[in-house]
Amino acid sequence: MPAEVLTVTSGKGGVGKTTTVANLAVALASLGSKVVCIDGDIGLRNLDVILGLENRIVYDIVDVIEGRCRLKQAMIRDKKIPELFLIPAAQTRDKNAVSASDMNRLVKDLRSECDYILIDSPAGIERGFKNAIAPADRVIVVTNPEVSAVRDADRVIGILEAEEKGPGSLILNRLNPVMVRNHDMLSADDVLDLLAVELIGIVPEDEGVLIGANRGAPVAADGKSKAGQAFRNIARRIKGETVPFLDLDSGGSLWQRLQKLTGRK
Amino acid sequence: MSFWDKLLGRKTSADSAKERLQLVLIHDRTDLTPAELDSLRDDLIATISRHVEIDTTAMQFGLEHDGRSQRLVADIPIKRAPRRRSSGKSRSK
Repeated sequence: MPAEVLTVTSGKGGVGKTTTVANLAVALASLGSKVVCIDGDIGLRNLDVILGLENRIVYDIVDVIEGRCRLKQAMIRDKKIPELFLIPAAQTRDKNAVSASDMNRLVKDLRSECDYILIDSPAGIERGFKNAIAPADRVIVVTNPEVSAVRDADRVIGILEAEEKGPGSLILNRLNPVMVRNHDMLSADDVLDLLAVELIGIVPEDEGVLIGANRGAPVAADGKSKAGQAFRNIARRIKGETVPFLDLDSGGSLWQRLQKLTGRK
Repeated sequence: MSFWDKLLGRKTSADSAKERLQLVLIHDRTDLTPAELDSLRDDLIATISRHVEIDTTAMQFGLEHDGRSQRLVADIPIKRAPRRRSSGKSRSK
């Protein structure tokens, strides 16, 4: 079966797109799917460092597009998970080096090679973003429970609808359950009420994400991490499983655990 | 949110965020500024008033959202003088 193409985007920068791509790629590959992730942020590449593959880059996406190497030569295999591959962005070029039809062609060639293709979109709603969504079967919009991130997510969802890419599926990243409980942060219900799109995951704020990034080892591979658990759940939902959401309202398990962690009760 | 804020029933910061976003998103989605919306309302009042007398103080006018679609909702009470109608004066015209 040809691969499903998922593009991760957000409008606003810094909400966790690259982290999301890296973690979903690790989680999907750990479930046995063959995954190729593509860094679509030409000139500002980062997916390589988040995955810990920065020292292995020989060729990049622009080399493939401009015919300096074969597709397979630019696919870097992960150190630990043999089912996971990265096609890095070019660092010394700009987004004009790639067009939407280049992306479509590249993805078309990749589809028969793997189960999932994850594309990390650059921030913004300009050319790099348009290139990243062009080949997508499904778009995942990442946001934070924060006014600017929610507003930008809404704008992106509007553009996706206008481009007939569907409204997208939402990941609410960096939710702090203690702040939500104190009514100092928008809740998942608030954000869903505002954006009115399908929710595919809620990722709690977790220091482990930064620690994992420091090491080039995404938290999805860490069995103890809460954010890692959330990303693994999203990966299972992408594969079509029904996985219940972590309950944040009933004073249930996640609440209690997070409150213990932060010493509040 | 402090203990005192809660005790005094002050609006929480999450409530402020949600209310502000609700307005901002409606304007972003429709590309209508509050000033343009006011001017639209005034035009609507002027047009309807040419045909019937309306109660502008009790009218409601605004944008609402239903999922991801926006609708312009206007509830405009029509003023009518019941006595005038029951007297049959207007009918005899």
